Amino acid sequence: MSTILAVLVDGAIYASWLFIIATGLTLIYGVMRILNMAHGSLYALGAYAAASLAGAWLRAGYAPLGSYAMLVLAAILVGITVGPLIERGLLRHCYGRDEVVLVLVTYALFLIIEDAVKLVWGVESYFISEPYGLLGNLDLGDLSYPLYSVVLVLAAVLVGVGLRFGIYGTKYGKLLTAVIHDREVSAALGINVNRIYLVTFTLGTTLAAIGGALTAPTVSVVPGMGVEVIVLAFAVVVIGGLGSMQGAALGALIVGLVRSSAVHFFPQVELFSIYLVMALVLAIRPRGLFVAAEARKI
Amino acid sequence: MTPSRKTTLGLGIALLATGLLAPVLPKWALFLVTLSIAKGLVALGLLLLMRTGLVSFGQGLYFATGAYAAGVASDAFHIGDAVPMVLLGGLAAALVAAVLGILLARYRAIFFAMLSLAFSMILYGLLVKSSALGSTDGFNVAPRTIFGLAAGSALGRYGVYAIAALVAFGSAVGVDRYLRSYLGRLAPAVRDNELRVEYMGASVRNVVHINLVIAALLTGMGGAITALAVGHIDPEMAYWTTSGEFVFVAILSGTTSVAAPFAGALLLELLRSFAYEHAPNTWQLVMGSAMLAVILFLPDGLWSVFRRRRKARA
Repeated sequence: MSTILAVLVDGAIYASWLFIIATGLTLIYGVMRILNMAHGSLYALGAYAAASLAGAWLRAGYAPLGSYAMLVLAAILVGITVGPLIERGLLRHCYGRDEVVLVLVTYALFLIIEDAVKLVWGVESYFISEPYGLLGNLDLGDLSYPLYSVVLVLAAVLVGVGLRFGIYGTKYGKLLTAVIHDREVSAALGINVNRIYLVTFTLGTTLAAIGGALTAPTVSVVPGMGVEVIVLAFAVVVIGGLGSMQGAALGALIVGLVRSSAVHFFPQVELFSIYLVMALVLAIRPRGLFVAAEARKI
Repeated sequence: MTPSRKTTLGLGIALLATGLLAPVLPKWALFLVTLSIAKGLVALGLLLLMRTGLVSFGQGLYFATGAYAAGVASDAFHIGDAVPMVLLGGLAAALVAAVLGILLARYRAIFFAMLSLAFSMILYGLLVKSSALGSTDGFNVAPRTIFGLAAGSALGRYGVYAIAALVAFGSAVGVDRYLRSYLGRLAPAVRDNELRVEYMGASVRNVVHINLVIAALLTGMGGAITALAVGHIDPEMAYWTTSGEFVFVAILSGTTSVAAPFAGALLLELLRSFAYEHAPNTWQLVMGSAMLAVILFLPDGLWSVFRRRRKARA
């Protein structure tokens, strides 16, 4: 019984983490049709920024609880500086090219950011574990979880609810939906598509950075930490259907549960169980669970 | 002279030059050229796929399959000669592609890229966990004989170099002939408009499937040659960043010439060894910037510079 509970809780925690990252990826794809290979690097940037900022906060001797605010602030700072820089400086010149070309462009960006991170922060690892242990533990039967994991789950729910409200409940969200459905008609009706793209990419970048910032206290922040994250996020959004928010949530849950059951029952298949699920879903529903098939065009 | 004869002649001259250079080249350069040829083979396979309109972020799957097949053939089945090891590597990869192709041939654009990436990551996960194949450490590979001659250290190096050069020559000539054949000419047609190809009575899926298998055959041989040259194989060969590097070479070389992938791979290896020596932490930065520059300013690859100039002169 406690094994099943452990699988469920581990799965939920892992899924929350995945959802925060994957939702940014799927948002960018949904609006801009860009499959952003550099998303994992933006996640790493968030983690580094968070480690530096929260580390400086704690060393300065301010209230330790404030370090949580620093984590989020670091992510937002990364989002509003790096996001517009990439969108205005690079991606804007590539709109209208083939989707695959944009994959290659963002792959090049991934390579560049990977080294830029090493140049700025060096190759040694950063630890900032204080926020992780600060809240104490939560006991579930005979299992004990750090309360920080609960914060992670809450953050994911907050992101999900916030985005849902933002897209369906605000005027800006309606404009966004219009651009998703038809970019050219939206532009013709006077929607500033360029600005929508800028906001979307900035928001997506911020989400990736938040994912990284919230992970920073739980791991050691090292070069190359974004390399695996990007393929995991791909798996999540491809399972759910590229560009679908509900899909990202379901995909994250599936991947989270698959991984945690693999870890508990068949540890030897842990690494590839996720990609196996991804391949299976793609084999049965080529465009993912939440996206309808598209008619062929001549 | 027909264009295909001309290409064969050009490639023959390149082969001859590669052979004549061998005694002059220092040890490190010999290794570098062997490795570039192996990667050039992979990029040649990608050229074929890109002509069909497909970009694969999972060529590491066939690369690792080829390398591991060569290693297992020598370890478990006592096939100690380098030539059958390379051929077996290619065949094993082609077999994998023939099976996976049933599924992969239905996909296009980013879905093709993602699914091939997923398959290569599955292999990576399998290799990392299989202790019989050395898990994350991999294992050493050394041919006992080359062309039936005992593989001493010096002879071994030249032998692998020679095999690489011969395989590359054969593959480049073969791919060039193929691209001029009926099936080969269908590839760009599939890229431009699949539905019209179907209207003409050709099977798009077969074209894609066949090109996948050929690309895997080349990639597998490239993997086996890499295994022989380096003397060691590990699961990193199947990781997606390895596949990404192949895509980089293919973008750099473009799809206009069958010789370009080898030149592109050599350029990459040269750049890499100099960057490692002088600025180890900026290597990927250089690679990424070069890739962006090529995509934005030379969409047909570096080779197109020569083409353009030739056209301008004519």
